[in-house]
Amino acid sequence: MKFKKIAAAVGALALAGSLAACGGGDDSGSDAGGDKIKIGIKFDQPGLGFKEADGSYSGFDVDMATYIAEGLGYEGDQIQFVEAVSANRETFLKDGSVDMILATYSITDERKADVDFAGPYYVAGQDILVAADNTDITGPKDLDGKKLCSVTGSTPAENIKENYAKGVQLQEFDTYSKCVTAIEGGQLDAMTTDDIILAGYAQQDPGKFKIVGAPFSEENYGVGLPKGSEDRDKINDLIEQSFEDGAWEKAFNDNLGESGYKLPEPPTVDRY
Amino acid sequence: MDLISESGSIILTSFGLTLRLAFFSGIFSLLLGVVLAIFRVSPVPVLRWVGAAVVYTFRNTPLTLVMFFALFGLSYQLGLSFDEDLIWRNAFWLAVLALSVYTSTFVCEVLRSGINTVPLGQAEAARAIGLTFTQNLRLVVLPQALRSVINPLASVIIAMTKNTTVAVTIGVTTASMVNEASGQMKTLMEKNSDQILLIFIIFAVGFMILTLPIGFFAGWASKRFAVAR
Repeated sequence: MKFKKIAAAVGALALAGSLAACGGGDDSGSDAGGDKIKIGIKFDQPGLGFKEADGSYSGFDVDMATYIAEGLGYEGDQIQFVEAVSANRETFLKDGSVDMILATYSITDERKADVDFAGPYYVAGQDILVAADNTDITGPKDLDGKKLCSVTGSTPAENIKENYAKGVQLQEFDTYSKCVTAIEGGQLDAMTTDDIILAGYAQQDPGKFKIVGAPFSEENYGVGLPKGSEDRDKINDLIEQSFEDGAWEKAFNDNLGESGYKLPEPPTVDRY
Repeated sequence: MDLISESGSIILTSFGLTLRLAFFSGIFSLLLGVVLAIFRVSPVPVLRWVGAAVVYTFRNTPLTLVMFFALFGLSYQLGLSFDEDLIWRNAFWLAVLALSVYTSTFVCEVLRSGINTVPLGQAEAARAIGLTFTQNLRLVVLPQALRSVINPLASVIIAMTKNTTVAVTIGVTTASMVNEASGQMKTLMEKNSDQILLIFIIFAVGFMILTLPIGFFAGWASKRFAVAR
């Protein structure tokens, strides 16, 4: 146990180095009292999990997290959001830095060995974002010879390279917003990741970008929980409840309604 | 240890890219640093001002910003491109440019402190026997200055080698999906979150293999070439 903590600390240190741009997590509330719930979200994903300039949080994941936390009996000021970047999500759940994670977190068999999942609460698919006036890219196969953008350490770009377009050139940045800037300027042709994430960027500048709309993978976003969590059934119930009472649709429309990307049908919760 | 057998060649290639970045940036920053130092001690006021302006601007700007400016400002806005077709090559040389300019300001200041170790009487004597400013610098002052700053210069080069990791902000990647070392480390951590400690150790050792020899060589060289006074 002790070793795990040290490992996590060293890992966090290394991450701080490579992810300096992300600014590190908020560790102001290290007193793990029972009266607060700590939820890991992304801080840098517009429309999904985003820390605003004034310190408030917005996004689909944030609204879903708030809904679930309230359903579990926590008031607004008892909910504390913690920044979880992709690489430290499992670590955070294992060492107790967070109680749950809603951060575009795909349910995979590999991850199931380490953590538990409630949900899925959303099914995303890998898609492509291009400038609004681009007509020659309609799917992953059209990317041959094109300049594609993605984020260092993300799997979607590798998926394209391995399974679709061999002749695609890949520019990797440390954040998606740099990709967006480069596509806007016309230096790069497209960027790829899950459609709902792309929708968040399209929402930021309505009318400038479009999502190709030919998803070619299936990502089941789940609520990450520590292994053996007792709240899992309750959270599954809450997710189903949000589909029925309209909270799920509202969370989507409030955050991504103007992106030009349509809300799909709610997924079926997988009580494995 | 699956990680090493699976990713070993990728890790080596990524360090190869980092090494190339460090190699070219090292050469250019040393050359540019010497030029800047000459500017800063030259008798021509305009050159002194230019030298000072470059040093103050780039020494006091975070490398991340310089790097970012190289790609988004110089290349995307102003159209400077090292390669129109291959984006990785363009990014690579822009990173070399940013690293060289940034590091050269530190090289310049180290050299200037070295120039200050040369007794004033020597420069005056050189002038007295009729050497020009350039001859004076080339034959008398710079050789001694360089030999007295080998160790601090090595520290600058070691810092520069580690600074190559900042190239990740402008996405220095090769066509074959291999990133420079810090980007590769991030990729591996994302895919093998249970082995973060091991990955960290591999990359720490990798950078030590790159930088320790510089330090050892500098220690030996500074003894070997020390100016006896």
